[in-house]
Amino acid sequence: MTHETDRIVPTAGFDDIPGTTLFDAQRSRQGYHVNMFCMSLMKAANREEFKKDEAAYLKKWPMSEEQRQAILARNWGRMIELGGNIYFLSKLFSTDGLSFQHVAATMTGLTQEQYAEMMLKGGRPIDGNRSKAEWKNKSETKKSG
Amino acid sequence: MAKIIASVNVSHVPAIGAAWDNGKTETPYWAPVFKGFEFSKKWIADLKPDVIILVYNDHASAFSLEIIPTFALGCAEEFQPADEGWGPRPVPVVKGHPILASHIAQSVILDEFDLTIVNKMDVDHGLTVPLTLMFGQPREWPCRIIPLPVNVVQYPPPTGNRCYNFGKAIKKAVESFPEDLRVVIFGTGGMSHQLQGARAGLINKEWDTRFLDNLVKNPEADARIPFIEYVREAGSEGIELVMWLISRGALEADVREIYRFYHVPSSNTALGHLILENKS
Repeated sequence: MTHETDRIVPTAGFDDIPGTTLFDAQRSRQGYHVNMFCMSLMKAANREEFKKDEAAYLKKWPMSEEQRQAILARNWGRMIELGGNIYFLSKLFSTDGLSFQHVAATMTGLTQEQYAEMMLKGGRPIDGNRSKAEWKNKSETKKSG
Repeated sequence: MAKIIASVNVSHVPAIGAAWDNGKTETPYWAPVFKGFEFSKKWIADLKPDVIILVYNDHASAFSLEIIPTFALGCAEEFQPADEGWGPRPVPVVKGHPILASHIAQSVILDEFDLTIVNKMDVDHGLTVPLTLMFGQPREWPCRIIPLPVNVVQYPPPTGNRCYNFGKAIKKAVESFPEDLRVVIFGTGGMSHQLQGARAGLINKEWDTRFLDNLVKNPEADARIPFIEYVREAGSEGIELVMWLISRGALEADVREIYRFYHVPSSNTALGHLILENKS
């Protein structure tokens, strides 16, 4: 069975970059209602209505139950996997009063402090982070080490 | 005749706008960032351009997923700052230049760059943060500004080569405008950064530096970089750098590097800034 997040027609190279979900036309279609919901939060009146009853507000968009749950749980990584795009999601986390850095940190498995520290030290290095093969090797080295 | 005399390339990190709007420019974290633009502010104040063509990307503010234009051009009289979820930034309304914008649209479309004409559009941090960095907070922006949004949100964005050639078409368009106008083109976004997924926080200074060096002296080399290399080497949002090739294409082949600034981190991003002037 094809999983909801799998690409039906693969595009060369797209899926080899580790820890990265590329928001292409197919994912855009998949996440259409998630992203359009986020965009509705650009109006102050909508933000108020959403904050009053999140679940009721979300019912206005015909998204999947999985997508709805990811939004309610503020599971940012899952929202991305289910077709959300970070710039659309930014309307939701801005409504929550959160920053790009806060949300990015939650997707990396680091605490916000650890993530901020990594950025102050020059960011995540490119070496070892170019391809899925490099990540696979890393985790195998860890296991055997 | 109108002429593009220089380019300003700069990252447009939203946190910079927030730092400015909330009076945090002197904090230890942000002071080095704003200090990096002291030269630039003086340079552009002395230059006094009549018009800025500002190449940026809309971040799901004016364009939703209903319609996704690859290249668009703002032809309106004015553009309001967008509400991106925390209220609009307290910055001046952007005054356009509808006559020059319409001329550019006509010229580049006949040169086979089929851009989308936009007559109503709010402008988000992608456009306003570069203005804040270059001009601070005047009561009004000191010149006319033509917004030129490029899709880099939904993949794939236009290739670097396409952007570079589009810049050349813009140069030709401006130079065929009869009025004497001094135009500066802004290329914004970048440099290396990734905002999503387990690889968020990626920075690649070596790659960024090579991109900057080539942008000055060997732009064709940058124009040949394939889409997937930007994503792999500069992060999923580093792809914004294709927009710097539009501003580069709009200059002469020979340019002078006037100023460069590079700083990590600015929130999640390697902040890059490069000012180029035509030699002739």
